[in-house]
Amino acid sequence: MAETRPDARTVLDAGEIRRALTRVAHELLEHNKGPRDLVLLGIPTRGVALARRLAARLAEIEDAEVPSGSLDVTMYRDDLRRHPTRSLGVTEVPPGGVDDKVVVLVDDVLFSGRTIRAALDALSDLGRPRVVRLAVLVDRGHRELPIRADHVGKNLPTSHAERVKVLLEETDGSDAVVIAGGRSGDPT
Amino acid sequence: MRHLLSAADLGRDQAVQVLDVAEQMAATQQREIKKLPTLRGRTVVNLFFEDSTRTRISFEAAAKRLSADVINFTARGSSVSKGESLKDTALTLEAMGADAVVVRHHAPGAPHRLATAGWTRGSVVNAGDGTHEHPTQALLDAFTLRRHLVGGTVPGAATGADLAGQRVVIAGDVLHSRVARSNVLLLHTLGAHVVLVAPPTLLPVGVEAWPCATSYDLDAVLEGAFGEPDAVMMLRVQRERQNAAFFPSAREYSRRYGLDVRRLGMLPRHTIVMHPGPMNRGLEISAAAADSARSTIVEQVSNGVAVRMAVLYLLLSGRKDPATGPVVTGGRTGGADGATRKDRRR
Amino acid sequence: MTGTHDTSTGTGVRTGRGTTPGDGGSTRPVLVRGVRPLGGDATDLLLADGIVAETGRGMTADGALVVDADGLVALPGLVDLHTHLREPGREDAETVESGSRAAALGGFTAVHAMANTDPVADTAGVVEQVWRMGRRTGLVDVRPVGAVTVGLRGEQLAELGAMADSAAAVRVFSDDGLCVSDAVLMRRALEYVKAFDGVVAQHSQEPRLTEAAQMHEGELSAVLGLRGWPAAAEEAIIARDVLIAGHVDSHLHVCHVSTAGSVEIIRWAKSRGVRVTAEVTPHHLLLTHEEVASFDPVFKVNPPLRTPEDVAAVREALADGTIDVVATDHAPHPAEDKDCEWDAAAAGTTGLETALSVVQQVMVETGLLDWAGVAERMSVRPAGIGRVAGHGRPIAAGEPANLVLVDPAARWRVDPGALATWGCNTAFQGSTLPGRVVATFLRGRPTVLDGELAEDAVGADTARSW
Repeated sequence: MAETRPDARTVLDAGEIRRALTRVAHELLEHNKGPRDLVLLGIPTRGVALARRLAARLAEIEDAEVPSGSLDVTMYRDDLRRHPTRSLGVTEVPPGGVDDKVVVLVDDVLFSGRTIRAALDALSDLGRPRVVRLAVLVDRGHRELPIRADHVGKNLPTSHAERVKVLLEETDGSDAVVIAGGRSGDPT
Repeated sequence: MRHLLSAADLGRDQAVQVLDVAEQMAATQQREIKKLPTLRGRTVVNLFFEDSTRTRISFEAAAKRLSADVINFTARGSSVSKGESLKDTALTLEAMGADAVVVRHHAPGAPHRLATAGWTRGSVVNAGDGTHEHPTQALLDAFTLRRHLVGGTVPGAATGADLAGQRVVIAGDVLHSRVARSNVLLLHTLGAHVVLVAPPTLLPVGVEAWPCATSYDLDAVLEGAFGEPDAVMMLRVQRERQNAAFFPSAREYSRRYGLDVRRLGMLPRHTIVMHPGPMNRGLEISAAAADSARSTIVEQVSNGVAVRMAVLYLLLSGRKDPATGPVVTGGRTGGADGATRKDRRR
Repeated sequence: MTGTHDTSTGTGVRTGRGTTPGDGGSTRPVLVRGVRPLGGDATDLLLADGIVAETGRGMTADGALVVDADGLVALPGLVDLHTHLREPGREDAETVESGSRAAALGGFTAVHAMANTDPVADTAGVVEQVWRMGRRTGLVDVRPVGAVTVGLRGEQLAELGAMADSAAAVRVFSDDGLCVSDAVLMRRALEYVKAFDGVVAQHSQEPRLTEAAQMHEGELSAVLGLRGWPAAAEEAIIARDVLIAGHVDSHLHVCHVSTAGSVEIIRWAKSRGVRVTAEVTPHHLLLTHEEVASFDPVFKVNPPLRTPEDVAAVREALADGTIDVVATDHAPHPAEDKDCEWDAAAAGTTGLETALSVVQQVMVETGLLDWAGVAERMSVRPAGIGRVAGHGRPIAAGEPANLVLVDPAARWRVDPGALATWGCNTAFQGSTLPGRVVATFLRGRPTVLDGELAEDAVGADTARSW
């Protein structure tokens, strides 16, 4: 775990995460001119919790219910054969579906872009949204595909070898974004 | 997991994982677009030495829904049922680059031979080997049991759960049943209590060592001699068995061991009725039982696809580690050194 | 530790293919130095003119082949009551010659070739053919076994008398592979062979109880789903046969005893004075049905491998003499007959080259038998049961020089490809076994030296018989 590594350093604390999400929520509303047709789909595991938080923020700001769900992309990944077998996450589409909606994909870290590529494929098997947008808490660069985020909580320049870990109350007990490794060329 | 040869290959957590993945697979099968790209470029061969359209179609659908290429190889008739053709067929499949071989064979242990004799590098899935095992059938039965008895029939509600404390009665021709063997092993692993009910002629010598209870009296078991049953699974009984004196007549069998209307009425309200199919209506199960609201027989079939998708996914999606040996336990493998042809100098 | 040196001065006589009939005196003498007969005190043995010419310490012999046998145990040449040589008919599995090589390398000087060949050895013509092939090969004395019934069909007695009177002088009759299940036929066979001091060797397997049977019926067969071969199917036939043998006062030999219950029945019959003898195979002395869990058909044998309790019982019975002999049931099969699924595989394991090692491991190293006991079970008694003259004799001056020298300290790993038998199927593959045959002598002539077939050994003994 990143937080136990001696060289791990915190780059975002709980307050900064909260403020970043609030800003992203405002941006979403501003860009969409309100909450209409918005559907938030978090990518397991931590994207799901972030999508729920964003939905709650939107509800506070606009007093409107924005549906949120989860979109597991495991079976759409292009790197399955490079890793040991992964267990599947849950896909849960809100009752209204995704057809003609403005679907916002929510993930914790944007890195190579491959997860988002898989998410776009998974999404297209679920229906045909009117617009798909991408919101991430951290963009750490090093894209391998022509994909960019529409809403970013924090741009975080990193070396390729560094590991960025998002910790959330719901999954990890506390909120923080930490970076570990990389300085000495440690590839893990 | 490298191969799935026996229900005993799965530990409790592994078995629960298969059921959980199967729940996700089942969810994808409710969508308009049922096909997933997961196993694109992988080749699954259905190698069926024994006729079983139902099982073959189930595996074929599972593989295709995961975008694998499927090759069906059906070898019927006595000439191909000779031993060497299993090896030669396996070598052919190996040459064609099979990533997984789903094998149905009349000989117990044939999938073990495929997996351990060095004839193929692909993953081997036992789709029923003679009177030995049928592990994917047991998995789909466990999946069905879990949904009904633990999850309150809500899909996904039982995720992570096992079958601890559930009482499952399996009645019928246990001696010749690969379904019964795999179910006893898997349901026990998952914490369920299994009671086998059959005439003594249709229980194998040595059944005492199985992790289950046995009885010759179906009425007593349904009345709760081993506790209130949560599920009753009826096994197919072939009428021809009466010719080998396993029972005097189909009528007597049906009277003593069939799930007829009277016995159906003895079941507690929540108890489900299962059958791995194909059924002999009027022999081991009455039409009333087969078609009752308790019956999960049709559901078992659709669950079969989801469970087989899960098995193929878990066997084929990850990195293949060449150092990982087969999961087979016990004994040496046949293999290369024993098979070398002798130099026949005189 | 051991070795042979040629002390000949260049004029030493070599025995070769040119040997003419009756020219027995031309065999070069052999001096075996420092060997321990039956594991006893070390001595030298001078083998000449087909017999043990002299024993004692510090012997020298000009022109003799000297075998340094320090640390080796000498036993009378082993006699196998139960060998499948497959010829005629299945020369792809084994021939009389290849099987004879395996036998010599395993320390045997006589083997009984079972009758289930194709054609079946049920006439004087076939048994003489086998006998002649054995003589031509000359590595061991091949004693054909005659079929009890025509074509092994269990319907009609074969011409037992004609086979007994033939050049092969058959004394052991068996339908091995199949049981003489008809009680009346079995009674008649037992009665009839009394006329020429014969013995009926029964493959005890009740056929109806073992239809399509694949392995020992018990807890493991229940799990593996393989059709069970119940112990009762063996015991029922043995019980019936000892009663019949007692009734007609004839000699019954029970092949490959595999169960504790069979041992009990034989023990009871012997206590009642029934003339019954019995054999056990090396694989039934060592292996259990648990091997079958691998589904590897090298472990498919008939009768099947049994439980650990059965293994303990047959070991004890061999030790106390209830079971008289070890017989290999050497059953070679070509690779394709084992390289398949269990049900389709042929039953049987090779055994000639591993028998003595297995017996050393399970009987000698456990203290159940000493070397004299091994000689009794693997040479003296089988020669007596098979009426094989000149074999199973004491190691003493004037006795026939049929001997095997064993290095009990050796350990070797069984590699099926390295064995002389053409059969690829050894249930002991990969095992490390104790004891190695260093030399075998058939009537004073080495058939095996330094653990290898002796040069020019094949065909060298065509002139001789027992």
